[in-house]
Parts: sequence; C-alpha cells; structure tokens
Amino acid sequence: MSLKPCNAVNGVSLPKEAIDSNFSDLHDPLSALQAKGEADRCLYCYDAPCIQACPTSIDIPTFIHQIRTGNIEGSAKTILSANIMGGTCARACPTEVLCEQACVLNASEEQPVEIGALQRTAVDHLMAAHGPHPFKRAAETGKRIAVVGAGPAGLSCAHRAAMLGHNVTIYEAKAKPGGLNEYGLAAYKMVDDFAQKEVAFLLGIGGIEIKYHQRLRCAQGAPQGDAQEDTVSLDELRDTFDVVYIGVGLGSTNALQLEGEDKDGILDAVDFIEDLRQASEKSSIVVGDDVIVIGAGNTAIDAAVQAKRLGANTVTLVYRRGEENMSATDWEVNLARTNGVNIRLWSAPTAIKGNGRVEAMSFESMTVSDGKLIGSGKSFDLPADMVLKAIGQKLDASMLDGFEMSGGKITVGDNFETSIAGVFAGGDCIKSGDDLTVQAVEDGKQAAHAIDAYLAAK
Amino acid sequence: MADLKCTIAGIESINPFWLASAPPTDKYINVVRAFEAGWGGVVWKTLGEDPPVVNVSSRYGAHKTGNRDIIGINNIELISDRPLETNLAEIRQIRKEWPDRIIIGSMMAVIEEKVWKDLAVKIAASGVHGIELNLGCPHGMCERGMGSAIGQVPEMVEKVTRWVKEVVDVPVFTKLTPNITNILWSAEAAQAGGADAVSLINTVNSIVSVDLDQMAPNPVVDGKGSHGGYCGLAVKPIALNMVAEISRNDETRDLEISAIGGIETWRDAAEFIALGAEGLQVCTAAMIYGFRIVDDMIAGLSGWMDEKGYKSISESCGMAVPNTVDWNALNMNFDTKAFIDPESCIECGRCHIACEDTAHQAIEFAVAEDGSRSFTVVDEECVGCNLCFHVCPVPDCIEMRPVENDKPYVTWPEHPLNAMKAAE
Ligand SMILES: Cc1cc2nc3c(=O)[nH]c(=O)nc-3n(C[C@H](O)[C@H](O)[C@H](O)COP(=O)(O)OP(=O)(O)OC[C@H]3O[C@@H](n4cnc5c(N)ncnc54)[C@H](O)[C@@H]3O)c2cc1C
Ligand SMILES: Cc1cc2nc3c(=O)[nH]c(=O)nc-3n(C[C@H](O)[C@H](O)[C@H](O)COP(=O)(O)O)c2cc1C
Ligand code: SF4
Ligand code: SF4
Ligand code: SF4
Repeated sequence: MSLKPCNAVNGVSLPKEAIDSNFSDLHDPLSALQAKGEADRCLYCYDAPCIQACPTSIDIPTFIHQIRTGNIEGSAKTILSANIMGGTCARACPTEVLCEQACVLNASEEQPVEIGALQRTAVDHLMAAHGPHPFKRAAETGKRIAVVGAGPAGLSCAHRAAMLGHNVTIYEAKAKPGGLNEYGLAAYKMVDDFAQKEVAFLLGIGGIEIKYHQRLRCAQGAPQGDAQEDTVSLDELRDTFDVVYIGVGLGSTNALQLEGEDKDGILDAVDFIEDLRQASEKSSIVVGDDVIVIGAGNTAIDAAVQAKRLGANTVTLVYRRGEENMSATDWEVNLARTNGVNIRLWSAPTAIKGNGRVEAMSFESMTVSDGKLIGSGKSFDLPADMVLKAIGQKLDASMLDGFEMSGGKITVGDNFETSIAGVFAGGDCIKSGDDLTVQAVEDGKQAAHAIDAYLAAK
Repeated sequence: MADLKCTIAGIESINPFWLASAPPTDKYINVVRAFEAGWGGVVWKTLGEDPPVVNVSSRYGAHKTGNRDIIGINNIELISDRPLETNLAEIRQIRKEWPDRIIIGSMMAVIEEKVWKDLAVKIAASGVHGIELNLGCPHGMCERGMGSAIGQVPEMVEKVTRWVKEVVDVPVFTKLTPNITNILWSAEAAQAGGADAVSLINTVNSIVSVDLDQMAPNPVVDGKGSHGGYCGLAVKPIALNMVAEISRNDETRDLEISAIGGIETWRDAAEFIALGAEGLQVCTAAMIYGFRIVDDMIAGLSGWMDEKGYKSISESCGMAVPNTVDWNALNMNFDTKAFIDPESCIECGRCHIACEDTAHQAIEFAVAEDGSRSFTVVDEECVGCNLCFHVCPVPDCIEMRPVENDKPYVTWPEHPLNAMKAAE
C-alpha cells in the first residue's frame, strides 16, 4: 500500500495547503475494486493464524470472505462483534506485528493480505450507511456499572456491558470521549474526526451515559483539577453502582531528569500530539526549526513524523540504544525515515543548553559492554529549538490509593478484578498485552463478560 | 518447430485454430482482423433465409469466479441479422483477399428439404471451403423449429445432413448440440447422413444467473429473461467428454471432429487434440480477450509438441483415446496416497478442514509449542481421493504418491467383492 508523500521544503515554513495535505489520510482507503482484489488473495484459512494474532480474535477469514461475496455489512458485523472499535484498529493497529505478521501468505508470497485495509473497508461501509446500530441489547438487568475513563478500554467495556443488559455510566475527566483515540493517535491516521464518529456509533447501542469533566480522585484527596471539573471518589462510585471498572490509561510521562528540563521549547511528545490533534487548523501549531525527539517507541515516531509534516527544518530522533532495541516496529521506523526524520542511535542525552529557551542538547555516545549500556566518553551537541520527550508513559497512581499495584500498573486477576472487591480494570492501566488500542478494546470486552458473570453470581 | 498444419474433412489449414460461428465471424471487418491476427480459418456466423432475423438488445450474461474472471457466458442472440447476399458478397471478397485461409459457411433452416438445399447451394457458390449445419442453437431459433429443435432428433440430423450432401461438392460439417442425453445418437445420425466431420459442441442450455433486484434471469430484457446458450471455459469438460465419446466409440471412431467448447489456451487445444480432434474452433475466448490470444495458442501448442516430440498435429491426435475407458476397466488395486511437503506447506489448514469435514479424516492437525502448525497425512485413513491435492493453494505442496503394492491389474468385473462376479 503506498503512502502519501510528506511535503517538506527545508528551511522555509510550509504553506497551509501543504500542511493540510500532510495531515490528510496517510493511506487512502481501498477502492471497491482494490478491496475485492485484495479479498480475493485471502485463502480462507482454517483455524487461521491471523485470528490468533489479533488481540480481539476477529474472525478474519470470515470477514474477508464476506467482502468477497459482497456482504460488506455482514463483514462489518463480524468485525465489530469481536472488536467494537474495528474502525480505529483498522487505522491504528501495527498490523505488521499483529494479524498481518501471522498471515500464511508471508510464506508463499512474502506479502500478507492487507487485513487492516480490508477491515477499514468493511467498517467504514457500515458506519457510512448510518443505519440502525448493528447489535441489540439483552433484556435490562437493572444492574449499574460505573466506568472510569472513556478511552478504548472504558468504551469497549461499556458497549459490551450495555449489550449484556446492564446500565453504564462513564466518568471521563476530559471534555471529549475517546481517550488517546481522540488525543493521542497520529493525526494522519484519524482524519475527519473519526474518533468522535466512532464513539457516537458505539453509543448507538443505548444504555450508556457519559459524564464529562468528572475526574476520579483519591479517597482523601481534596477535589483537584480545573475549575470546570468535578471529582468523584472510588467510595462514592462503589456506593452508587454495583460494579466499578477502571480504564484510566496512563496519565503521566517519564522525565529526562536533566537540569533545565523546564526550559521553553521542551515538551512532552504526548502534549505536542494532543495540541495537534485538537487544532482545527494544523498550520496553527508552532513547530521548531530544529526538533529533537528523545525516545524509540511509537509515540516518538509519531511525534517526529508529525513535527516533520508540520514543516520542521530538521527532525532528529535520538535513542540511546540500537535500532533492534527500538520498540517501534520496522514499519514505523521506515515511516520516519521516508518522512525525512534523521535517526541517531547509541546516543544518550546529557545536558540541555540554552538561556530560558532551549538552544541545543548534548549527547554522549553509548556502547554495550558485558551486556550493559555504558557511556563511551565521547559527546556531541545538536542544535534544537524544540525537544519532544517520548521516553515512556506511566500510570498516574495518585488517584489509585488502596489498589494493589505491580510494575507500576494496577494488579488484576484473570477476570480483570482488582484487589478491591467489585472493582475491575483494563487497558493501559493494567498489564495485559502491549499498550495498544486493540489490547485495550479486548480488555474492556473481556472485563465486561467477567463483570456479567460476577453480577450473575452475586 | 512442430508443424501446425492440419487437415480436417480434406480441408488443409495453416493451423488448427478456427473461429467458431458466432459474433467474431459475423462480418467482413471481424474476419479480416482475425486473419491478420493469425487465425487459420473461420466458420462464418450462421446464415438463414431472408428476411434476416431481428435480435433483442441485452444479449449476454456472464458467470464469473470470485476473482472476477469470466468462466462462462451465455447468450440469447440469434443467427446473422444481416441479409444473406450481404454476407455472401463479403465471403467472396475475403476468399479473394485471403486465399490461404479457410472459410466455412454455417447455415440453418426449418425442416424443409427445398429450403435447406437452396440455401446450401447459394452458400457453396460463394466459394466457401465447406458448410457447417447449425443444429445446436438452444434458444430462440429452436422455438422456430430450427437449431437444437432439429439437433435433438437423430432422424432429422441424418436427414438434413443428407439433403445438403446431395447438393454441394464441398465437405459438410454437422454441428451437434450438447443438449441431449447421448451424443453418440446424434453423431451416428450425422455419420449416416454422410457428414464429412462433426463439429461439437454448440452452446449448453442455461440460465447463467438471476438478477435479484429485477427478479429475472440474466441477461434481462426489459424486465424479463430467457434461457440461453452457455459457453466458454466452464463448458470445456462437457465438450471434452463428448469428443472422447465419439473418438472411442466403435461406430464413430473414424468420424472427424472439429472440437469446440471452452478452448482458451494451447493446453486446452492440446487436450482436445489428444482426445481425437482433427481441428479446433474457438468463440468465447476470442470474445473475452480479442483475437490476439491466438498468438500464444500457436506458440504454446508448437512448444508443447516440440517438447513431447510430436512432429505434426496428426501425430498427437487421439493419443489419449486408448487410455479413456469405461469405469469398469480401471484397476481396483491401484492405490495412491497424499503426501504433504512440510517445506512448502504454508499452514493454511485448507487440506485439513476439507478432509476432516467432507472426506476421510486423514489429515492430522497439530500445533507445536512455538505456535507452528503441522499437517500430516495418516496413510491408513487416506483413500487417495485427491481432494486435499486440489484445494491446496501451493503448487506441488501436496503430491499424490502411488503406493507400490505389487498387486495385479484387477477390474471391477474381475473383483472378488463384486457380487455379480461371485454369482458366476
Ligand atoms: C502518542 C501515542 C500514539 C499511539 N499510537 C498508537 C497506535 O498507532 N496504535 C495503537 O494501537 N496504539 C497506539 N497508542 C497506544 C493506545 O493509544 C493506548 O494503548 C490506548 O489508547 C489505551 O486505551 P485506554 O482506554 O486504556 O487508555 P486511554 O486511551 O489513555 O484512555 C483513558 C481515558 O481515561 C481518562 N482518564 C484518565 N484519568 C482519569 C481520571 N482520574 N478520572 C476520569 N477519567 C480519567 C482519560 O481522559 C482518557 O479519556 C498510542 C499511544 C500514544 C500515547
Ligand atoms: C454470442 C454467441 C453467438 C453464437 N452464435 C452461433 C451461431 O450463430 N451459430 C453457431 O453454430 N454457433 C453459435 N454460437 C456457438 C459457438 O459457435 C460455439 O459453438 C460455442 O460458443 C462453444 O465454443 P466456446 O466455448 O469456444 O465459446 C454462438 C456463441 C455465442 C457466444
Ligand atoms: S492467514 Fe492470511 S490468507 Fe489465511 S485467513 Fe488470515 S488473512 Fe486470509
Ligand atoms: S486424498 Fe482424500 S482421503 Fe486422502 S488425505 Fe487427501 S482428502 Fe483425505
Ligand atoms: S492446504 Fe497445502 S499449504 Fe495448506 S496446510 Fe494443507 S498442505 Fe499446507
């Protein structure tokens, strides 16, 4: 599948039209003919490996077969019955390490079926038809569930719980639903306000209410947050609801822990991306001339590529280890390279230079000795008027007193129940699979079934 | 390079590839383009008495695979809808311009001796190399007592063949319809009438698909549809069998055959020749791809003949006929078993589910700890049906290996388990 090129003119700021084009769909959706041709490549495998590689276990051979028979709506239902955010996942999943990596055609043709692109074809078709919601709710159970966080983990849990007949109230700290679908995924993956359209579609099931500007706070803590925000404590939720489900994601980021980290021009990559996602005019976002991105995951890649697409003169992604250690996939690293991002490996940041505003950063060349990463003593400077930090997110645990935690995340059992009875959790705030949208959706779905069983047994 | 010259009914052609009577041979411009492309001959679009027929609009339906390839089309067109003399003048013109190419005149008429004879004489006078009797059209014309209405009654097949033979000097080809219970009855009738060759098959009666919005069969003509003639790749197996039946039947084995039905590649051509065809005719493949497909038919056929050491068409003609036998002549002791090459297996599981659900539960499926899947044939369960071999998407990944069992060739009539034999 071909990517749209990045318009970039070194040293000259980009005109608005070029920036708009840089933030249009990264790949155009398949045409009907392309979808048919691609669907025809699928072998309709038995007990297909691709299903097992999909965290939500979408019945891929069946949905592709349905595209082939012209039953596109049925195809979308097959997808959505396993993954209600099949639309976002089709756009954002790193398919190269999930379903498409497992496709048997890698062995025979070195080119897997474009499962993600086909999934988008089917789901977009159903959503564009604006028909009735494809799933029906079971008879009302009268049970009430509080969900904290309207990200993929929370929304997926809410949808499945509503389908099982429960009533759900979602408490979301922000003004909009969607979590990182709305605030975090790269802008060129989620064009045309798709995150909001998908949430509206998902809420079509009924039985779900979302309360915005509602932040979960710690039990004793004084109400915090901004003026328009209300807060609610876990005890209050447990008093009012039969079950509470926590899907708060990772609210916080790691710091470089260098002197001068508060200088102007030094930002968290997630904040930079959030501002970009929320800007109605992408060209209104100010980007540096010389941008350094510190990190090696997909957030680092997304930040670097988007900075370049905004017209930064140079964007250098710096990582202290080698390419094989990067958590970004090969496809993502290539995306950065083809967008003109320089990648400097084996370099660790040591100092921030500048007077009030960042002007340069110092790095030390790194090497591995006896399996340990050590500095080589050699150092160099890179000029920078913007530094984007993407060295990992972490769970903001301040609101989670009383929970058993492990590895910085909420501990849950097999049934997604936390150490607090009747309180469940899923998504990035627990350790399930990788921190991916699709994993959050799966957690939410499975947790809803666990909650349903819990309520039935109560 | 192998010689592709062929002789059928005494007519010599530069190659065996003729266009069958149909739209590709409908008029001057088409036929000239076909000859320029390299076709050895044409059977002109069927001619009838004046006034010419009138066709409807919306004439073809198509049967496609999931891959959007056309495997068959059906049509509800009638015979030539242009005046007889217009056609004959064009035939005379092309005969002058293309002296080395063959033109056969195709004809049909109602079952009246004088009409057949007058028309045959007129067509023969235009200089055609031969005349083909269209006794096959299964739609439209048969409702007027022509085409398959005649071809389905052996007595009438014999009669019209004889009428035409009585009045023309050129060879006569009787074109047979497949819409009958036993092709030998019509082939024998044509032979009895004196046919120099038979051409087969004409189209198969069919409804190719139903338009589920208009609730009418395709092609839809103003809200209604009719059954039509099916042809192309999909009818090849039917045609191969009918050609083989005529070739291996004692009464008809000397009858020359101009084989038609789903010939699309040199390989199809070679198969018909192997089953005893002296010449070949093509319609649908040309209609789908244009006349240029003859290039590879010629190159591929002669390449194959070189590879196999056949110096001429007549040398390879009928080579598969002795091996085409009744079921009762097959060896009951032959045993073949599927073998899966683990190196080329891509682990799609298609063989397993096919055998497990619908055959003999003979392919074991195991998942190793590292998640890799393996598919293994259980020899004791495998009956050698070939199903897995056919469904496997990887060429040569599943091989059917004959088992060496040193058992003698035993046919069913000789078999100990045959109750009829036991009763002897
Ligand atoms: C920049 C970036 C790019 C990414 N790109 C991809 C990608 O391309 N593909 C992919 O699969 N994954 C990607 N991910 C990961 C993916 O976005 C997450 O795994 C996924 O969103 C996790 O879902 P969640 O519901 O657990 O958390 P979130 O999406 O973070 O949602 C949590 C929600 O809870 C709300 N919340 C938080 N605290 C409170 C509170 N105290 N009270 C009430 N509400 C609260 C938040 O406002 C938010 O709406 C990316 C992540 C980032 C940061
Ligand atoms: C549109 C169409 C019109 C045809 N018209 C005639 C005809 O006029 N006379 C005839 O003998 N056969 C006619 N045929 C049958 C073909 O000559 C041929 O016997 C048949 O299509 C099978 O060959 P194929 O599979 O190569 O197409 C027609 C076929 C088609 C598709
Ligand atoms: S593994 Fe590939 S070919 Fe097989 S079902 Fe999945 S997508 Fe289709
Ligand atoms: S040949 Fe038939 S019986 Fe044998 S393994 Fe294959 S499908 Fe099964
Ligand atoms: S059908 Fe062929 S490729 Fe697929 S599992 Fe069986 S042997 Fe392997």
